[in-house]
Amino acid sequence: MAIIVSLDPRVTRLQIQADPEVTSEPKPDLDQFQTYEVFHQAKSGAHHTHVGCVHAPNAEMALVLAKETYGRRGQTTNIWVVDTGAILTMRAEDSDVFETTPDKKYREVSAYMVRNKVEDYKKRQQLGTKK
Amino acid sequence: MSNENKRAGAQKSSGLNTEALKDLLFRVADDSLILAHRHSEWTGFGPLLEEDIAFSSIAQDKMGHANALFKILHEKLGEPNADAIAFGRTEDQFKCCQFVELPNGGYDFSLVRHFLFDASELIRWQFLQQSSFEPLAKLAAKIQGEVKYHVYHAQTWLVQLGAQGNEESRILMQTALDKAWPYALGIFEHGAAEGALIADGVFVGEDVLQSAWLEFVTERCAAAHLTIPTNTTAVLGGRKGYHTEHLKPLLDEMNEVFRIDPSAEW
Repeated sequence: MAIIVSLDPRVTRLQIQADPEVTSEPKPDLDQFQTYEVFHQAKSGAHHTHVGCVHAPNAEMALVLAKETYGRRGQTTNIWVVDTGAILTMRAEDSDVFETTPDKKYREVSAYMVRNKVEDYKKRQQLGTKK
Repeated sequence: MSNENKRAGAQKSSGLNTEALKDLLFRVADDSLILAHRHSEWTGFGPLLEEDIAFSSIAQDKMGHANALFKILHEKLGEPNADAIAFGRTEDQFKCCQFVELPNGGYDFSLVRHFLFDASELIRWQFLQQSSFEPLAKLAAKIQGEVKYHVYHAQTWLVQLGAQGNEESRILMQTALDKAWPYALGIFEHGAAEGALIADGVFVGEDVLQSAWLEFVTERCAAAHLTIPTNTTAVLGGRKGYHTEHLKPLLDEMNEVFRIDPSAEW
């Protein structure tokens, strides 16, 4: 029976049957490791920023794998890994708790017209010093 | 010419024995190059995506170490350029130990080799930070972080599959360790002029390295619930250019593109 001859010699070495009639056994359901969320720090003192996750059997392995998965390019000073299950989050259907009524502008920074007042003050000060 | 004059002729103004130095650099560089190639054979075939990335990255690091050493050989010691050294030599001119040229086999063997070899590499580069040959000492300081990660990666896997896995994974690791051990001892085969390297303060020598390594791996293997084989004899020859039948096919594959046009610009 012919085997697949690939440009990649590593594939050729696997001796895969070329006959399309010969199919391999179906794979069992994948056993995936749990996930750990990865937080990346670009420079000392900066916030750790969430960059993605890795699959790993435990936190130690997650840290080892996160280092190359997320820290191999660009500057990195540190990495955190956190068990995904340790993160408490709102349920998607509860996202309405973040909605707010429009007539409470006084609770928002943009509702304060401080800038105009500050500029008026500066203008008055300048006029004052010129005198 | 008297023997005395010949020896003086072989030395550079730095006062170091150049032939001994070159022999050391070739041994270390060839180990890195060949193991880098073996590691790179896993790219795309790793046991999980994250590990595929990590192991490929480690292979790239090792290729970089070989390249840096070849550059020193070229720029400071009059050897041809890095590409010519890496791709232009025949197998009997390679000084790598036989351990690094063995086929990958399964991931168990690759991990155990990665652990045993990189532990020796970490300690070797720690000693080389004190080398009297300045380019080597500088390189040692520059790459210590990479090598430290390689060992951290390797020993975390070792403990994971040895002590924290199941009986099947522990037996796989133990079997791989038994197979690897005699070859690992071959890492410390003496170079052509071991005495000169030690006398010149270039390197503390393979014997000192081996005992530091043995202490290091014994402690780590115990933590991974693995037993170090006893009554084994080191597999030697690599440092003198005697290799297993596996090196030539590896070189043929590695050099395939280079041979099409050795003068091509990359």
